[in-house]
Amino acid sequence: MRAMSEAPRLEMRGVEKRFGALVALSGVDLVVEAGEVHALIGQNGAGKSTLMKVLAGAVAADAGALRIDGAPYAPRGPADAIAAGVAMVYQELNLAPDLTVAQNLVLGRESSRLGWLRAAPDRARVERVLAVLARPELAPDRRVAELDPGARQLVEIGRALAFDARLVVLDEPTSSLSAAETSTLYGVIERLRADGVSIVYISHFLEEVKRVADRYTVLRDGATVAVGAVRDASVGSLVEAMVGRRLDEAYPPRPPSARGAPLLALDGLAGEPLPSQVSLTLHRGEVLGLAGLVGAGRTELLRAVFGLAPVRAGTVRVAGVEDRGRPTPARVRQGLGMVSEDRKEEGLALARSVAENLTLSSARPFSRGGWVRPAARDACAQRYIDALSIKTRGPAQPAGELSGGNQQKIAIARLLHQDADVLLLDEPTRGVDVGSKVEIYRLIGELAAKGKAVLVVSSYLPELLGVCDRIAVMHRGRLGPARPAAEWTEGALLDEATRGAA
Amino acid sequence: MKERLRASLDVAGPLLGLLVVIVLFGVLAPDRFLSAYNLKTVLTQTVIVGLGAVGMTYVMIAGGIDLSIGSVIALASVVTAVLLRDGHGPLVALAGGVATGAAAGALNGLLVTRLGIVPFIVTLGTMGVARGVAKWLADEQTVRADAGWLGGLMTKTPDPAWLLLAKGVWIALGLAALMTLVLRRTVLGVHVFAVGSNEATARLCGVPVERVKLAVYTIAGVFAGLAGVLQFGRLTVGDPTTAIGLELDVIAAVVIGGASLSGGRGSITGALLGAFFMSVLANGCTLTGVPTYVQQILVGVIIVTAVALDRLRRR
Ligand SMILES: Nc1ncnc2c1ncn2[C@@H]1O[C@H](COP(=O)(O)OP(=O)(O)OP(=O)(O)O)[C@@H](O)[C@H]1O
Ligand SMILES: [Mg+2]
Repeated sequence: MRAMSEAPRLEMRGVEKRFGALVALSGVDLVVEAGEVHALIGQNGAGKSTLMKVLAGAVAADAGALRIDGAPYAPRGPADAIAAGVAMVYQELNLAPDLTVAQNLVLGRESSRLGWLRAAPDRARVERVLAVLARPELAPDRRVAELDPGARQLVEIGRALAFDARLVVLDEPTSSLSAAETSTLYGVIERLRADGVSIVYISHFLEEVKRVADRYTVLRDGATVAVGAVRDASVGSLVEAMVGRRLDEAYPPRPPSARGAPLLALDGLAGEPLPSQVSLTLHRGEVLGLAGLVGAGRTELLRAVFGLAPVRAGTVRVAGVEDRGRPTPARVRQGLGMVSEDRKEEGLALARSVAENLTLSSARPFSRGGWVRPAARDACAQRYIDALSIKTRGPAQPAGELSGGNQQKIAIARLLHQDADVLLLDEPTRGVDVGSKVEIYRLIGELAAKGKAVLVVSSYLPELLGVCDRIAVMHRGRLGPARPAAEWTEGALLDEATRGAA
Repeated sequence: MKERLRASLDVAGPLLGLLVVIVLFGVLAPDRFLSAYNLKTVLTQTVIVGLGAVGMTYVMIAGGIDLSIGSVIALASVVTAVLLRDGHGPLVALAGGVATGAAAGALNGLLVTRLGIVPFIVTLGTMGVARGVAKWLADEQTVRADAGWLGGLMTKTPDPAWLLLAKGVWIALGLAALMTLVLRRTVLGVHVFAVGSNEATARLCGVPVERVKLAVYTIAGVFAGLAGVLQFGRLTVGDPTTAIGLELDVIAAVVIGGASLSGGRGSITGALLGAFFMSVLANGCTLTGVPTYVQQILVGVIIVTAVALDRLRRR
């Protein structure tokens, strides 16, 4: 009982990690006190997730020393981390979809006697966790596959609650949460902090960081560049530390784009089961935003239009040709392209190369008679890597090795490659850092100026207000009228999203 | 650069295994094992499994599996024999055998894509059907027929002697080279990998997923059909009970060659090395008088070891 309690909860000193020639971490320091919420911020590929994987024993560091509550800590695997009271909530979800909520919550730590499950203690634990989360859709016997992404994220977080962690790491926890779920999360964080649990909080939303965190550490190119108290830092100064330069505008001015002929028109479109009733017209040169709560049916709308989900009623008109739903390859031929919100499941073929992922939508530019010319393909991929400053070793690197934000850039670049006329973007900036967000907004503006039509689904309202020409709000599967962005405020959007159009 | 290296490492495993058994048997039975005649024998014995493995590689990279290959080989060999017996020329018989395989493969593909049943079950079903049809066509006997030049395809000492190896060996090698190119350098090849590593992504990108699946099962069928014709050439009778369980040898070869049962990975070179490795092992064991049961145990151990080593290397 020496000065144990005065030692920081977590101390990481001089942590280094290379992946081949790439230096992911070059001497990172991170100190987290007991009972504090510590924000870990930095651009895509700065090394945040890698640092946390070192902490969890999922990645072995090349150098560096770790201490937890003053005691040396050298995890050799996730089991060591759990034993030391470290709970991870990863950026990409890690749940067993066929198991129930309750089974997932205690997965790997089931109570048992001689190998036989003991139901009672587990049930108590699950009930305790679900009481904290207090979300009615999280019934213990529901299969996780039936939950929407936000609820799944809460299950993942609940897993950290289910055993008494001393340190909880949340890697971009709110990226798929609705407003209500986010406030549930804030409540959970508050409670953990009050219990003396430390939290490492990774997020690209600096307003959020300002709101929940006590102190912060900024990583840039695998090194610690700033540490301080959140109270004393402005969002601007945090951005500057992350990017290494001042970033003037969050939303770059749009190049002028004339609204042209209608490209995509939906009339009374209904899906299975959502949306129930959607009519809209999207013109050339226009960026149309879809606001709404998570689960309102916006993703389902995009999927129905793109032939990934059945069309129950209504019509789709693309460039004047009307139909009642077509399969995806036909939609692609019509010039539609989509970025999915679910990057891990649907966005990328993680085992395949960056070049293959970038160009999967169309092999035409570098193939003749079905034969691909790899050199031409790599050159083509390299152009997108440069244009979007995707951080990668090169076109041949497996996409799964890139950081989350850089993977998202690949998913977007693929639509550029496809040269789609109508772009359906579902949460296009999820997990993307501030600097790259600006790049993506600029790209959207340029595409509109070139006469493309863009449909953006986003739960981040400032973004919709910043980049769209018009915005419509979806409420329980019904789409309200689209009005010019200038006529909306965040409050009005939120109001219509929760209560429906007047 | 590093990616190139990694790709070449993919076949290093089976290659290394091959070298080990060759050195081992070379030491144990130098004169008999290391003769040119024995090499010819082993290569010829590899042809049938090798051809099956080429098609199976496509199916497994796309995330599927084909259990019907052995039965389809038997069916194709019976069809070939029946056509010859009924007075058709060898060319017609060859085309008939290959077409039978193609039809069986296409049927697998259609069942998998249209009915949405998992490939394991679909091909488990067609495995029985194809075997049954073969026995029915053959009247539950071997079908005797004059093989014509088909009989010369699998002779160890080929007719123009300068060929050195059986014509079937050259046919298999040539087709394997072609299919490697198709896999690496065509849009279809890219799509096969994409469907196997993430079907949802492929769909999102507008890849015609169903057509790709249909294509890989049909390719597997074509190769099984051709293997059936060569099997007939080797036996010079159409035997409806031939190649029972052969699909498992084929799968083993493809897996030893670096493919993953969950799709997205694999190479034809690796699969052929895997097939050759198993023939060499069988041949060496026979020559050194190792009983077949030891050999079976060895093959089992090797399959598991190969996959385990592969996983270790990838970490
Ligand atoms: N297994 C791996 N193999 C090779 N490189 C890797 C691997 N994992 C990560 N990297 C590289 O290490 C760097 C840091 O990645 P990391 O995922 O830690 O970034 P991040 O800060 O979490 O970014 P993001 O905000 O985009 O999630 C990136 O350049 C990434 O490509
Ligand atoms: Mg990350």
